[in-house]
Amino acid sequence: MTSARRRSYGVKGAPYAFLLPATVLFALFFALPIGYAVWLSLHKVKVSGLGLGAGARKEVWAGLENYTDSLTDSELLAGALRVLGYGCIVVPVMLGLALLFALMLDSEKVRLAPFTRLAIFLPYAIPGVVAALLWGFLYLPSVSPFYYVLDALGLPQPDLLDGGPLYGALSNIAIWGGTGFNMIVIYTSLRAIPAEVHEAAKLDGATPLQTALRIKIPMVAPSLVLTFFFSIIATLQVFNEPTTLKPLTNSVSTTWSPLMKVYRDAFGTGDIYRAAAEAVIIALATLVLSFGFLRAANRRNRQDARQGGAR
Amino acid sequence: MTSLAVRKAPPATGATGAARGRTPLRGRIALVPTAVLLLGALYCLLPVAWVVIASTKSGSELFSTFTFLPGTGFADNIRDLGAYRDGIYWQWMGNSALYAVLGALLSTCVSAVSGFALATYRFRGRETMFNILLAGVLMPPIILAIPQYLLLAQADLTDSYWSVLLPQILSPYGVYLSRIYAAAAVPGDVVEAGRMDGAGEWRIFTRIALPMMVPGMVTVFLFQFVAIWNNFLLPYIMLSDDERFPLTLGLFTLLEQGSNTPALYTLVITGAFLAVVPLVALFLVVQRFWSLDLLSGAVKS
Repeated sequence: MTSARRRSYGVKGAPYAFLLPATVLFALFFALPIGYAVWLSLHKVKVSGLGLGAGARKEVWAGLENYTDSLTDSELLAGALRVLGYGCIVVPVMLGLALLFALMLDSEKVRLAPFTRLAIFLPYAIPGVVAALLWGFLYLPSVSPFYYVLDALGLPQPDLLDGGPLYGALSNIAIWGGTGFNMIVIYTSLRAIPAEVHEAAKLDGATPLQTALRIKIPMVAPSLVLTFFFSIIATLQVFNEPTTLKPLTNSVSTTWSPLMKVYRDAFGTGDIYRAAAEAVIIALATLVLSFGFLRAANRRNRQDARQGGAR
Repeated sequence: MTSLAVRKAPPATGATGAARGRTPLRGRIALVPTAVLLLGALYCLLPVAWVVIASTKSGSELFSTFTFLPGTGFADNIRDLGAYRDGIYWQWMGNSALYAVLGALLSTCVSAVSGFALATYRFRGRETMFNILLAGVLMPPIILAIPQYLLLAQADLTDSYWSVLLPQILSPYGVYLSRIYAAAAVPGDVVEAGRMDGAGEWRIFTRIALPMMVPGMVTVFLFQFVAIWNNFLLPYIMLSDDERFPLTLGLFTLLEQGSNTPALYTLVITGAFLAVVPLVALFLVVQRFWSLDLLSGAVKS
């Protein structure tokens, strides 16, 4: 249907009416809170006298004070570094596994594909809190089967919930929970590759490995970009897993990840102004990182296209 | 035709097996991919298998017998869990179901109507509106949740069912998926034909477009259901009365107490097992009716 033939039968207002619920909800639960957070982040409480009695605590303009305080806060910085280390494990391993499983599902003559596809996707349905709880018990020497086996073999039993291994332990929970979803995204775009492309590759005598590396992976690059994008956002916002593991170990502090520090500042120490500034900083970092990544990925894709690559 | 011929040609297809010296079943089963997938499935099922078995153990068996050996305390565990604080666990499960079913239903309606509008009409501000909605995906939940809490506190709504339900109705990802489905599933001529017949826009949406969008909307519903069922941060911030807790938050508080008293471990484990059951069941039942592929926004034309 060409747009020229599309006459208006009192249609003009319809799209706006249809979008009204979403717009109202967006204004109330997205735009307003974001605006309020920014407003809060620029204010602070001024206490006069001993801070007793009405009017002793007043909201005053703070300018960028909350921001400079947050950015020079060593706890927040330490949390950011921890999450960086965690992300450096989670993102490559999770997406590597997702790509591997997707390619295996897509290969010829593979058996049990529907069963394994569902099994690998299953953790997506399990709440992050429950996943952390399950793995937490599997990490706990007194109940873990792994420790039982290590003990039976007389091998040393590492403490998985402390120091360096803690990163591995936390990463494993995220990898376990996220691989299946990403696998589906990549697998879907693998299946969208026209059959002729595979046939041409085979006629040229390409091995499955060569086909995967030279044809399939370049052709699913856009969905790899998408999964990277989602993974970066999820990593920066890690909260549930370390919070759930906290009762099981002393090594997870209340400020382990930046979001946990925001929560503590808002509801633990009660400095919502400071917490708002930190939340805004995390949001900006998320935007900069994810858009930076998207732009870099787009540039790469364009270069590949210009060089007459597989695209 | 050619594809059949090529598929039967042996040299290229058996290469993986041959290269690794595993020839016996070559040409029938691709061993390496199957083995890799089975390992992946084992990794993903292991903790679930563990919790199934651990939930059958009594408190003493949990610490004394080999972990993958079934115990004898399953019925007792369920009874203890039900008795804990006058059956608050069942209350949590009911709350989770309420938040997830109602939230996902409302969310799917909003997504469907927005997605249809964005896909079907050309109007001023369409792309701007879409992009602004989509930017919501990028917002860290906590930057929204803290001011949402403060705003809802102003309206005296914190610590109520509303405080957990309302913020989760609009899902930017749901709108995004709905727009893609609507664009693929609802042809422009059909909408135009409806108009020729004198149907109003709302009627066209409910009678013509919506039935065509059903498979996609099932996916959006399930996606939202899982997202709300699994949500932890929002109820963690909004609620203080554990009568209104969803399962995730309830189990977390149970674990927090359990870390001081290992006797509660069996309750936590049994609770975790029961929390997993409804979603796994839902997935197994519904997987016949929806395609996982729809989750990535891919639509077959």
